[in-house]
Amino acid sequence: MHMLSRNATFNSHGQDSSYFLGWQEYEKNPYHEVHNTNGIIQMGLAENQLCFDLLESWLAKNPDAAAFKKNGESIFAELALFQDYHGLPAFKKALVDFMAEIRGNKVTFDPNHLVLTAGATSANETLIFCLADPGEAVLIPTPYYPGFDRDLKWRTGVEIVPIHCTSSNGFQITEPALQEAYQEAEKRNLRVKGVLVTNPSNPLGTTMTRNELNLLLSFVEDKGIHLISDEIYSGTAFSSASFISVMEVLKDRKCDENSEVWQRVHVVYSLSKDLGLPGFRVGAIYSNDDMVVAAATKMSSFGLVSSQTQHLLSAMLSDKKLTKNYIAENQKRLKQRQKKLVSGLQKAGISCLKGNAGLFCWVDMSHLLRSNTFEAEMELWKKIVYEVRLNISPGSSCHCTEPGWFRVCFANLSEETLDLAMQRLKAFVGEYYNVPDVTGRSQSSQLSHSRRRSLTKWVFRLSFDDRSPIPGR
Amino acid sequence: MLSKKASCDSHGQDSSYFLGWQEYEKNPYDQVQNPNGIIQMGLAENQLSFDLIESWLASNPDALELKRNGESVFKELALFQDYNGFPAFKNEMVDFMASMRGNKVKFDPNKLVLTAGSTSANETLMFCLADRGDAFLLPIPYYPGFDRDLKWRTEAEIVPIKCTSANGYKITETALEEAYQQAQKFNLKVKGVLVTNPSNPLGTTMTRLELNHLIDFAIEKEIHIISDEIYSGTVFNSPSFVSIAEALTERNLEDAEVWNRCHIVYSLSKDLGLPGFRVGMIYSNNQAVVSAATKMSSFGLVSAQTQYTLSQMLKDKKFTANYMEENQKRLERRKEMLVCGLKGAGIRCLESNAGLFCWVDMRHLLQSNTFEAEKKLWKKVVCEFGLNISPGSSCHCSEPGWFRMCFANMSEETLMVAMQRIKALVESTIVPQQTGLSKSRWLKNKWVFQLASYEQEPDR
Repeated sequence: MHMLSRNATFNSHGQDSSYFLGWQEYEKNPYHEVHNTNGIIQMGLAENQLCFDLLESWLAKNPDAAAFKKNGESIFAELALFQDYHGLPAFKKALVDFMAEIRGNKVTFDPNHLVLTAGATSANETLIFCLADPGEAVLIPTPYYPGFDRDLKWRTGVEIVPIHCTSSNGFQITEPALQEAYQEAEKRNLRVKGVLVTNPSNPLGTTMTRNELNLLLSFVEDKGIHLISDEIYSGTAFSSASFISVMEVLKDRKCDENSEVWQRVHVVYSLSKDLGLPGFRVGAIYSNDDMVVAAATKMSSFGLVSSQTQHLLSAMLSDKKLTKNYIAENQKRLKQRQKKLVSGLQKAGISCLKGNAGLFCWVDMSHLLRSNTFEAEMELWKKIVYEVRLNISPGSSCHCTEPGWFRVCFANLSEETLDLAMQRLKAFVGEYYNVPDVTGRSQSSQLSHSRRRSLTKWVFRLSFDDRSPIPGR
Repeated sequence: MLSKKASCDSHGQDSSYFLGWQEYEKNPYDQVQNPNGIIQMGLAENQLSFDLIESWLASNPDALELKRNGESVFKELALFQDYNGFPAFKNEMVDFMASMRGNKVKFDPNKLVLTAGSTSANETLMFCLADRGDAFLLPIPYYPGFDRDLKWRTEAEIVPIKCTSANGYKITETALEEAYQQAQKFNLKVKGVLVTNPSNPLGTTMTRLELNHLIDFAIEKEIHIISDEIYSGTVFNSPSFVSIAEALTERNLEDAEVWNRCHIVYSLSKDLGLPGFRVGMIYSNNQAVVSAATKMSSFGLVSAQTQYTLSQMLKDKKFTANYMEENQKRLERRKEMLVCGLKGAGIRCLESNAGLFCWVDMRHLLQSNTFEAEKKLWKKVVCEFGLNISPGSSCHCSEPGWFRMCFANMSEETLMVAMQRIKALVESTIVPQQTGLSKSRWLKNKWVFQLASYEQEPDR
């Protein structure tokens, strides 16, 4: 169709990846605890459904917020007309306070440096439009959120070059990996404009260590490039102490408006994960660079937040009692639910990367692969989707370099459904991998090899890489 | 260290359109607090019918409280981020759009893509139809925001189609062809034409003849037509509104190729006066466009909270029918007030039947027939007489001396004050000597000329 643009015609929106295909299968046959108990259970959607009761009860007690009223007076006309891309001042103030609270108030944010956008999807694309020209590149650690291939590259014409992280050290970012990625970009004649990290990580479900953050800052300082920290999952860290924002590390390094690197660090946030409100399209860019703020503000015209929504959420987030209670309760419930998933997986002989944040676990099923290849991973994934009837996300869709890892979500379904999912998985593993050897020797040797592999992995994992924070730091 | 887009001016926001706005922000008129402030007449908002919406909302609390038959749907909405849009809302939208076109055309909700405002819709369509460096033809004068919305991040170009007051700014075959040739001269590949119908800033609807010229042109050149029909609900007088959809159907072009190259943009910002809610949309018969635009809408989805509230409101057909009728009545009355007030000051407007503004002829007040003189007059109007109006040059008008004045974003009293100020302005202006003509005769000649050429084509 030469009549349309290249953007419209080609696949660079990345939506033919398995990430979206699994979703489609789920849509055809979705699990329902009454109407369709044999359907596919959705474990590929990183939604937070654990704390709606807290928000709903607040709404019931505070009807003015939804009803276009402020102090009992109707402000309908004012809101209906409010399309100022600087955002509703009361909302921005409440949002920066909330962001600070999530970070244990170790850092504060200036509302004048915050730009509101219709979701983090819009925020990320807008930032890339501001920082990079078509044909330039941004470095991103693997594995990463599949949506980035669309959000950061599609209409911007910018390239992503991966920073390879592996299970050998719990997928942490290393100095050699950063340098290698930079050189790879140079080899491809791509000018690197920055690094983008997601902290806490999707799909790993882990927070970045202080060491990694310092490494990153030294790297971007040295290369004279930008750092985008997508902190969309910051409120899902199971304890506020375990999440360290890049802004905190900047402070610790005594970087302020006089240091160059200060201007080149930008944070992306959203209420889609922490508050579980993806439908309301609330995202934000925070930058210390006035020019970035100015340009991003104008660009936000293409995706402003509904004033109706800004008003509702500004009332909600201004209620400090609610936010304090919500943050703590949310962390508690997420931690509990993650534990349940981890133990359910363990009963099926499956281990995960030790996670301390997020709405998902990064699960190691490499011992279930027929061979250490991505073809085998696809085969296993298809079995899990069609036979076990669980939609989970294969590591290859997240650009993981090692086959066999899967992202499994735990906060978008009920406890009962999670139990059922774990039962199905256990049954599947039992049926395919622990069948007593009746005839063939080869089967048994293959099985004992895999069992041995998994045992070694257990041992390996228990002794290595405790990601819990060292007390005192 | 930043991208070219972030560093340069191509967002177009240094044009006077935005500068006048800034002046207003520094010293805004208030009937009580600041009666000497600048009156905002540069903002095309519809503030005339809020009471109707407010009273509907008061009688239907479920819509705002996010309840359906008394049950909370908060969770459902909080999680709803499907870029295919809230089905109930899209169903109501297509009915609403059809009723606005006298139900002479029908729309399919599966061909509708929701976006955060028409600003987003227009940019998205450009991303779908034009590559970097491709061009779209736009009739001048046009909405200043297009320079940013259509060109900035897409890197597409705009080539103007010259329309002049000689024939009431109608689009002619000659002008279309000339614009096309101009683009060719600059080595720009023309991908389509974008028209705003009803027009901003003219306040007029396109005639059937113009629409047919446009369709013939698009067929011949094998290009797209984008019809921004954002003001379709503001048509308050005859001739009645003819949508591109109707023009195509009348010519039985549903099976023709051009059918797949016509796209409509709409929004609730002008008709319902809800720019803050960010509700825009693209309607296209082209499946590939719908598909690509739907995925792109991820970058600017409409809040589910807002989709729900509005779906409830638009479901009430009695309300929407009454709203449309009453809204149009009030717009017409208010336009008449402005036109009369200007007439009293010896100023004429282009005869209009739609929109939230008038296209005002102040050429006789210019010191010379130049854009410098227009700028000078504009500064005087803003700074000395306290009216923020939009100069024609900001709309890329080819003739100096025209201004867009909005009438639906202020109270009647404020409009009266504005008219007094205009009168004072005219009285203070010294018109330069025209060759051999006295001031009064020059004005009279203009009267005659205008009466003869501004007549719209009779409605067929």
